[in-house]
Amino acid sequence: MKIMVAIKRVVDYAVKIRVKPDKTGVETTNVKMSMNPFCEIALEEALRIRESGRASEVVAVSMGPQQCVDTLRTGLAMGADRGIHVETKETLYPLSVAKLLRALVEVEKPQILILGKQAIDDDCNQTGQMLAGLLNWPQGTFASKVVLDEEKQEVTVDREVDGGLETLCLDLPAVITTDLRLNQPRYATLPNIMKAKSKVIKKYTPQELNVEIKSDLQIVQVTEPPKRKSGVMVSSVDELIDKLKNEARVI
Amino acid sequence: LSTLVLAEHEGGSVKTSSVSAVEAAKYLSEDNSVSILLAGSGPSLQKAAEHAASCHPSISQVLMSDSEKLKYPLAEPWARLVHLVQKKGSYSHIIAASGSFGKNILPRAAALLDVSPVTDVTEISGSNQFVRPIYAGNALCTVQYTGSNPCMLTIRSTSFPVAPSDNARSSAAPILQVDLSTFGEEGMEKSRYIKQSSLDTERPDLGNARVVVTGGRGLKSAENFNMVEKLAEKLGAAVGATRAAVDAGFVPNELQVGQTGKIVAPELYIAFGVSGAIQHLAGMRDSKVIVAVNKDSDAPIFQQTLELQVADYGLVGDLFEVIPELLQKLPEKK
Repeated sequence: MKIMVAIKRVVDYAVKIRVKPDKTGVETTNVKMSMNPFCEIALEEALRIRESGRASEVVAVSMGPQQCVDTLRTGLAMGADRGIHVETKETLYPLSVAKLLRALVEVEKPQILILGKQAIDDDCNQTGQMLAGLLNWPQGTFASKVVLDEEKQEVTVDREVDGGLETLCLDLPAVITTDLRLNQPRYATLPNIMKAKSKVIKKYTPQELNVEIKSDLQIVQVTEPPKRKSGVMVSSVDELIDKLKNEARVI
Repeated sequence: LSTLVLAEHEGGSVKTSSVSAVEAAKYLSEDNSVSILLAGSGPSLQKAAEHAASCHPSISQVLMSDSEKLKYPLAEPWARLVHLVQKKGSYSHIIAASGSFGKNILPRAAALLDVSPVTDVTEISGSNQFVRPIYAGNALCTVQYTGSNPCMLTIRSTSFPVAPSDNARSSAAPILQVDLSTFGEEGMEKSRYIKQSSLDTERPDLGNARVVVTGGRGLKSAENFNMVEKLAEKLGAAVGATRAAVDAGFVPNELQVGQTGKIVAPELYIAFGVSGAIQHLAGMRDSKVIVAVNKDSDAPIFQQTLELQVADYGLVGDLFEVIPELLQKLPEKK
């Protein structure tokens, strides 16, 4: 069984982002970039399934400019068997990413697709659902537990939903998107980083995959959120209660 | 314009967050005919449809899809239902609230309709222009939809609150049954609902509560979290938690507030032992009044640097002393 994992290169989660003065976007030059944390969890889950002997190969896919190869190398150092890079300089919205992934599914024929539930840059939370829709595969989104049954060719997924935890059983092939508590991703060790350098990364262009990059969205501007007025420190519970009662009038 | 709102219902009522999605439709255009789509099976669906018919003055019709296949809110049949209803109704817009229901279903339906959806809209500035937070709310992105119909959105219900007085309408909207004869069977059995486990609570819903009391890692244990719950009870508040508190097993996942948890915007938000990670702030920064209690005066939640300052009222103190004192001195809820 083959598992395909999609990974995205994003501004590192610990970076305090800055909006560009011309309002065209967020500053990304000279900013630390990393693998999207939800994608790390997706890759970790795929690796654990392979290590338990229930999958034979984990393929990591990334899309975008040349630098995505660095992110793929990190994925290979974590343990992915090989990588695929779809190179394009165009802005990719989730619908295009889903179409490119569908084209790769036709080439690679994986039984399970694992994606992060959202990327921490655009916070869209769409790609996995769109991909599942395009493929007409069942989906298990926001997963906090994944149990694979190879014999029955099905996967049981616990999902973090508004009301608690929901459990679904999906026939394979299926799409899974990961939530935070699914697992704790490993770090790449130095020997594995060295080994990763010789692993294969295959390149495609959107044209080679016969996917037209559609842009039905246009970014008008990116701005800073409004600042809150500065607060005050109070020195006692009595003062706090007084302020809440008589100044803020919320209790 | 014509808008289809995908609504979630529970116990015979449309959820408040879905009514917010109807409210949001008002901002697209003054001339907008709003249909609300409900699916499920049996008497609870019928009851919810009746509630939908009179829950908001903007609703011009209720579409009801009664089928065993739609008994649970699974994305596979729901996305197909949206596709079917859209093909018949040719709506210009499709909206859902951006809870786990809408986020699970709407993108899948959008893919079937070959359009790009817009997630987490907080402001509607025209029929095709929207504002949404990105980077955990550290930037706001204004985006224009330039594609063909339908334009699909999930909206943050906290940004489109519904005042109780807005609900008044003179007569109920008509309820129509969706014709499911062409719904199709293919692929429907590939996803099966097993169960849902949820917290049994009398407290108000976290997403809509007027007051939210939140605990962080500083609470140190699940037992200590009872203090936060007691205080919430006294204030008639919902209980929230940080990711750290959920990961440590103090409380279940559905209480998490933040970039990947619930988004709340109550009138009063009180945080105990919460350091103020940006991922947490993303979930509560729109609260009207924020109170932070932390024994670390350098905690980001009340740091004196302009850009990070969040709390309106900060109290440096030991929460194990502050909470009991609050319990004793706060007035009983009205």
